[in-house]
Amino acid sequence: MSTRELTCIGCPLGCAVTVTLKDGSVTAVTGNTCPRGDTYARKEVTNPTRIVTSTVHVTGGIHPMVNVKTSSDIPKDKIFACMDALKGVRAAAPVRIGDVILSNAAGTGADIIAAGNVPAK
Amino acid sequence: MKYYDLVIVGGGPAGLAAAVSARDCGIEDILILERDNELGGILNQCIHNGFGLHTFKEELTGPEYAARFIDQVTERGIDCRLHTMVMDISVDTEAGSFRKKVTAMNRTDGMFEISAAAVILAMGCRERSRGALNIPGFRPAGIFSAGTAQRLVNMEGYMPGREVVILGSGDIGLIMARRMTLEGAKVKVVAELMPYSGGLKRNIVQCLDDFGIPLKLSHTVIDIEGKHRVSAVTIAEVGADRKPIPGTEERYTCDTLLLSCGLIPENELSKGAGIALSPVTSGPIVNDSLETSIEGVFACGNVLHVHDLVDYVSQEAAAAGKHAADYIRHGNKKHAKTVEIRSTDGVRYTVPKYVRPTEMSDTLTVRFRVGDVYKNCSIAVYFDDICVSRRRRPVMAPGEMEQIILEKKKLGEYPDLCSITIRIEK
Amino acid sequence: MYDVAIIGAGVVGCAIARELSKFCGNFCVLEREEDVCCGTSKANSAIIHAGFDAAPGTKKAALNVRGNAMMDALAKDLDIPFRRNGSLVVCTGEEDRGTLKALLARGQKNGVPGLRIAERGELLTMEPNLNDDVICALFAPTGGIVCPFDMTMAFAENACTNGVSFFLNTEVTGIEKKADGYSILTRRTDTKAEDTVDAKIIVNAAGVYADVFHNMVSQSKLHITPRKGEYLLLDKDAGTHVSHTVFQLPSKMGKGVLVTPTVHGNLLVGPTAADVSDREALNTTQAGLDFIAKTACRSVKELPLRQVITSFAGLRAHEDGDDFIIGEAADAPGFIDAAGIESPGLTSAPAIGELVAEIIRKKLSLNENPAFVPVRKGVLRPETLSMEERNRLIAEHPEYGNIICRCEMISEGEIMDAIHRPLGARSLDGVKRRTRAGMGRCQAGFCTPRTMEILEREVPMSIFDITKNGSGGTIIVGQNKEA
Repeated sequence: MSTRELTCIGCPLGCAVTVTLKDGSVTAVTGNTCPRGDTYARKEVTNPTRIVTSTVHVTGGIHPMVNVKTSSDIPKDKIFACMDALKGVRAAAPVRIGDVILSNAAGTGADIIAAGNVPAK
Repeated sequence: MKYYDLVIVGGGPAGLAAAVSARDCGIEDILILERDNELGGILNQCIHNGFGLHTFKEELTGPEYAARFIDQVTERGIDCRLHTMVMDISVDTEAGSFRKKVTAMNRTDGMFEISAAAVILAMGCRERSRGALNIPGFRPAGIFSAGTAQRLVNMEGYMPGREVVILGSGDIGLIMARRMTLEGAKVKVVAELMPYSGGLKRNIVQCLDDFGIPLKLSHTVIDIEGKHRVSAVTIAEVGADRKPIPGTEERYTCDTLLLSCGLIPENELSKGAGIALSPVTSGPIVNDSLETSIEGVFACGNVLHVHDLVDYVSQEAAAAGKHAADYIRHGNKKHAKTVEIRSTDGVRYTVPKYVRPTEMSDTLTVRFRVGDVYKNCSIAVYFDDICVSRRRRPVMAPGEMEQIILEKKKLGEYPDLCSITIRIEK
Repeated sequence: MYDVAIIGAGVVGCAIARELSKFCGNFCVLEREEDVCCGTSKANSAIIHAGFDAAPGTKKAALNVRGNAMMDALAKDLDIPFRRNGSLVVCTGEEDRGTLKALLARGQKNGVPGLRIAERGELLTMEPNLNDDVICALFAPTGGIVCPFDMTMAFAENACTNGVSFFLNTEVTGIEKKADGYSILTRRTDTKAEDTVDAKIIVNAAGVYADVFHNMVSQSKLHITPRKGEYLLLDKDAGTHVSHTVFQLPSKMGKGVLVTPTVHGNLLVGPTAADVSDREALNTTQAGLDFIAKTACRSVKELPLRQVITSFAGLRAHEDGDDFIIGEAADAPGFIDAAGIESPGLTSAPAIGELVAEIIRKKLSLNENPAFVPVRKGVLRPETLSMEERNRLIAEHPEYGNIICRCEMISEGEIMDAIHRPLGARSLDGVKRRTRAGMGRCQAGFCTPRTMEILEREVPMSIFDITKNGSGGTIIVGQNKEA
């Protein structure tokens, strides 16, 4: 049996939530004030995920960079692998919101897609 | 002199939403003046996601949120002049006191004057600088406001430093802690003067905790070293008086200090025009139509008061656009009765500050911030001495805007109403 | 072989260089920083003192009064922002009236024109925000305010235009006596390259380092103590809080804390006076900033200290003898000091320039330079033009229509002017001192990236080499997404 201490992000209250785990599954969630804390804590200890946002270099655009994001949330422990995969990537202008910049980033199954517009110079 | 019904100063989220709303209320003749070379304002450098949950029911990045409004402005064929700095706003005496004269400048048109029936101020805000914070020490390179660093990293693609200390736990500071970390920098500590963070819980968890970056509450920077580039920063704990406690100093070697210590509405143009400003918000004092002390000049977004969510900026700006449209078509009801909204007991200010019971819309959203963290307290609204509503809130914090709704019908039941008071009660 | 090498491109070194350039000769200025006006000259009260302060008979007294008198013509010729706003030394108790009268007498003896004591009634019409317990004040109508950057730049640019060579980023590491003069050992602060500069005459205008160079060649030792002065600079919104320069009665540690408008419309409050050992200690301190805030309230009420936009510190070069040291070192012929130049050094600089140039002219029998150009134009300020003139300018040079610094409303054209003029700007601070871009209330938050782009394009230089104030203090350290 093990426990994890978390801060709930559901609202400004920021409840200190304690999650008890046995064999990798949640047996208890305490400290939360509302059901949102329970849901958040269970997800966060078993399968924490994040949307990653970043930028990549653009060639031939009116801006040197375009901002990008993962098309869906990815496992938290893949954030840096995902960032590494963006090194050296160059998108050719024009870039439009939704353009796929990199498929299946770091094997997460998520694509890196443009989240900003960069017209050609 | 060029003539427009409505001139909007600023093409960020506030200006864009105001323009769309005014057009949808039937005003054809609108001009947006934007100092940057593109629309979207500060959203263009806010590449993190989390924008638009209220407006679009999905989480967008800043540029995506901006693009949706830019598309709406483009679809409506609203005139924009980019790369154009507004130099001055005044009442146009030649055209009679009702028109406003906007003086602007750009590379191609030079300096030019526009006569406008109404003006919406949407210039946004700026960050509090190191000097305004009175941080002692040297003045080398490597001290950036978080927003300047954000622009350098996100838009220009440059790294402003490798080893970073951040003062201030506002959302921009937290977001930049993660952003710099993801780009390979080492963020050593985030110091916050107050005993609580001004940022969202979500950002504290996902920008600091995820990367093991310590947040030191009740701490401030007391010294900056380095003649040409920052070489170290010393922080210390502060007492209840917010003064450093001797003996609590901690020195961090670093090459960069980022400051995220609050935003200040940018009202130099408003001051020049003679618009009355609130000493609390640093923004114009407005009535229920978001009209400033000068007839026909409206304000919305961060130039009016600093918002926590862009969704609220868009809502407020849409209201300003509608009210400006009403003004352009029907003029101003000058002699309408005005009731002051008083803020006390933890409520720092309200926007608007005045309401006209006979002129207001059916409902009016009054936004405000509290001055401290309040747990299990209520927001109470008084019409003169009578408490008309009391709403329980599990938690309120200075970093988040609060609101109450006033109903025209309800105000109509109190014909002798002198003032409305909003306060926090146990 | 140079006729004269001046060490130090502060206001004194540059004023001397400009005076020398009226004569035919081969002159140079050596400066370790990346720009002129980087030491004491850039961080002071920005005051043209009337001259009642120094003891009669001292060099300080004579050169102050002379320098003050020269300013009108200089400001006109060299396009230096300068205004005689008048100064007041306020007295807050009857027991101090005697001290004030003594100051009046001293000023009269020094030859300060128009000095008189004004009583409270009159004072309040002149300066309504004086503190309630101010009973009278010494009024000096010739006191003025100046932009010390512009003043130093003006001397330097005009000297440069008239043929003086400036070697920036060039540190003096040693001085050797030669039969016909001196050999100056130098090292580049950027490339570390070493070199020597030979000169018949050395002028030592090295500020807080002047004793170091003097003592290299003379047995009659100097000792300079860096005396730190911290200041608060307030927003232009507070710039009209006072219109005169308001001093407190001088004490042993200096002139006390003054409150003054600046020539650009800000309000300046300071300085402290604390002796330090480190000649590089340009840091502000909490104690110092607190002291200013507390002390300034003695003379002026309701100071809007919430409107501070920046604080800074300067080091005055205080010599043990408490007077300027100007002239040839007795045991080192051809080594001419302009040392110990603390307050009123800025005011005295034009007169020091005249005096030192005259010493050198006699020594080297220099002839007048028939090609001397006496005038210099500062960076063009579009705000001084009418709308028609401004639009003609923008039609010809569209950069003047593009505002870069929104707080001070500085255009791209002005920044380009700052870069392309003689001894042009190469750093953010260099641009700031010449144009005020970045000197406003946001303190360069918005304009830093754009000013960098302009420097990159116009110098041209790599964006990774752009510094705030030279010597490796780059603004950015690399690109993101570096492999």
